Amino acid sequence: MERAPVFSFRGVVYSYGGSCSPALSGVDLEIMPGEWVALLGANGSGKSTLAKICNALLLPAQGDCFVLGMDVSAPENIPLIRQSVALVFQNPEDQIVASIVEEDVAFGPENLRLPQAEIRRRVDAALELTGLADMKRRGSYTLSGGQKQRLALAGALALEPRALVLDESTSMLDPEGRASFLERIGELNTHGMTMIQITHRMDEIFFASRVVVLQSGRVAWDGESSDFWDGPYLSFDFEEPPELALYRELKARGFVPSGTIPRVDDLLESLWL
Amino acid sequence: MKLSGGFSIGQFIPGESYIHSLDPRCKIIGAFILFAAPFIAKSPYDFIPIAFALAAITRLARIKLGTVLRSGRPVVFLVALTIVLNVFWTPGRELARLGPLSITEEGVTLAFCVGLRLYFLVMLAALLMMTTSPMAFAGGLESILSPLAALKFPVSEMAMMMTIALRFIPTFFEETDKILKAQISRGADFESGGIIKRARAFIPVLVPLFVLVFARAENLAIAMESRGYVPGVPRSRLNPLVWAARETTSILCVIVFIIFTVLWNRYAPELISLWLGLL
Amino acid sequence: MAIAAEDVFYSYNAGTPAEHAALEGVSFSVERGERVSIVGHTGSGKSTLAQHLNLLLFPRSGSVSIDGVSSKPGSPDARELRRKVGLVFQYPETQFFAETARDEIRFAPSNWGMRGDDLDACVDEAADAAGIEPSLLDSNPFSMSGGQRRRVAIASVIAMKPDYLVLDEPTAGLDAAGVRGLERILSDIRARGLAVVQVTHDLESALAHSDRILVLERGRAVASGTPEEIAVFLADNPVQGLLMPPTARFAMGLRSRGIDVSVTSGVPELVSALEKAERPDE
Repeated sequence: MERAPVFSFRGVVYSYGGSCSPALSGVDLEIMPGEWVALLGANGSGKSTLAKICNALLLPAQGDCFVLGMDVSAPENIPLIRQSVALVFQNPEDQIVASIVEEDVAFGPENLRLPQAEIRRRVDAALELTGLADMKRRGSYTLSGGQKQRLALAGALALEPRALVLDESTSMLDPEGRASFLERIGELNTHGMTMIQITHRMDEIFFASRVVVLQSGRVAWDGESSDFWDGPYLSFDFEEPPELALYRELKARGFVPSGTIPRVDDLLESLWL
Repeated sequence: MKLSGGFSIGQFIPGESYIHSLDPRCKIIGAFILFAAPFIAKSPYDFIPIAFALAAITRLARIKLGTVLRSGRPVVFLVALTIVLNVFWTPGRELARLGPLSITEEGVTLAFCVGLRLYFLVMLAALLMMTTSPMAFAGGLESILSPLAALKFPVSEMAMMMTIALRFIPTFFEETDKILKAQISRGADFESGGIIKRARAFIPVLVPLFVLVFARAENLAIAMESRGYVPGVPRSRLNPLVWAARETTSILCVIVFIIFTVLWNRYAPELISLWLGLL
Repeated sequence: MAIAAEDVFYSYNAGTPAEHAALEGVSFSVERGERVSIVGHTGSGKSTLAQHLNLLLFPRSGSVSIDGVSSKPGSPDARELRRKVGLVFQYPETQFFAETARDEIRFAPSNWGMRGDDLDACVDEAADAAGIEPSLLDSNPFSMSGGQRRRVAIASVIAMKPDYLVLDEPTAGLDAAGVRGLERILSDIRARGLAVVQVTHDLESALAHSDRILVLERGRAVASGTPEEIAVFLADNPVQGLLMPPTARFAMGLRSRGIDVSVTSGVPELVSALEKAERPDE
């Protein structure tokens, strides 16, 4: 059986009003179910614009974008697209609508006009998945930054989407908040959730199976993540995380085999010691 | 310089009490009927049953009495002002003189009543907000005002706006506090100079605050849209409004209480003075 | 000449049900010209401590003195003392209110009464120290890149000519190029004779750029010392929410495998330590 792509972009162009250069100038990209794609790019490379098109918040000016076979430009598809693709943004403060944790998670399902019992089931399940089950009656303003971002994730999961788009979702979190957030995301992906993770932190791409680099509105690189850290990243202006520098040096001297995941534990394991 | 420590009047206190679990419509209607009680109070004695009712509700809501009493703090200045105005500007039997100002017995009574009235109203409103989550409150109000939707009044949008406004109050205080501190550390002086100078000193606080609020609003609108929100389209609820027997009973209790206070106000002062006279 | 905090206790919302202790007996000092980092997890009290150094907060008990002088809440000399300690808040660009970078930078010195040519010279000097090209001074900060805005924010604080500069998470939200640029500027500012105190949860940056490091955990100082001492301490006593940098973790891994290498080694030192180590038959 042939699997249909979750996202399919064909020659997508988008310009913001008042800006001379387009944010996206011809993006071609297909993302299959269960993939975890790290979308990299400098500021202004068009990655957030692409994220918003995934959810029909913005519509392509030229070209086509299909989500699960549905054209984002057809207004009648919008409710189902929003239900199938959930977005988590950078700042949790900008995503929390309600003052009480469980009421905020219920916001999406309420918009879908689901019956009460179904809302309750989804809210409890989403809170369980994000590790917030003990806090469901707490005030959302009393949560820590990391907990707030997990609440935003729970709000997205309560839509029971097929795909998650994370737009710099960890950039305001401290290392601990980031680790626990990424751990949840990893669990979801192993259960089949398709993932687009927008980031400019190179150390976060080690979790992804595929890397796509956007540069001035176009796909500049697309491939397996292990191929990416074996070389091509050097041609982009990304910060080289110490793990990657270490991996590169160790590989050059034959201490570790090519393709080792550049994480400290994996590197130590690969040594002869 | 210190803000209210991030606590506005009657911030919701999550709980499972009888009052918490009542239908928000019942609480809103009940509170509005109860608002009548301080208004029809004409003598200090008339506040006795109101105080008892307030204490009883507080107890039922399992909230500390001190928390409710403190909720009136933001209006203390207003209460003090009304008391002062009423004490000096009410004609009647003179008790004392302060230069051109005279203190009258009627003035003292009136000041006492007006001050207490204001204070009790605030406490009642705070009690309503402490036991009703903003989402439930907005939902209840939406339902009560739903007849207005027939007149093209955007009831559900208003309710959503209110939910969000209430949700952002703590954030707003926090951000204001942060900006104030940052400008103070850059030497801003909010405490000296005349009124114009002081007002001007707040520009470096207000501009960033507006920028922040607008940016927040824009991002929040995008996030809400991505979660399937469409203004004006009906939504279902996690906690549907259920008006059961206990809601009816609660409203009946409130009405009985108001009738009681009317009778109390009419007869109690005489009875009390008669009783005091006997002692 | 130093800022000295001694046995500082502080709680937020004191006397209300929401009261919580932020600092519980923290002592800390920074000499003029030093580069010091205060590291800790979110909620460890590091920002609270930073606001004490600038006299925005006053200890509930204990004391804070600047160059030997201490102050009380609301006392007029607090304002004068505060001038010696510039504080750059987290995400400082959210405090911008002026239409040009120049006006933003003028704000602090003019609050302390500077006028005319002195003020202009002061703005130019601060902009130069923060690495802002003169051509950028008359543009609107809201239209600048993240890194440029951060530099304007730093210039707007050093324009008040402080002797100490305290920065709360100065690299938060910046991309790689922004972080590199900021590191250069902080070294440059320090070379101009200012003490630089960086409050951060980024242990990697703290280990790389400090003379001394103070580690806070839940309102208490758990360690204080040179980067090497702190790295060894944290390897043995992990502090929740503080991530050891990868190179330090790799060094610890090598140590446990019998290769002696310093915890603060960079990539080249780690690789040469491995090269010196005996490899099985090859």
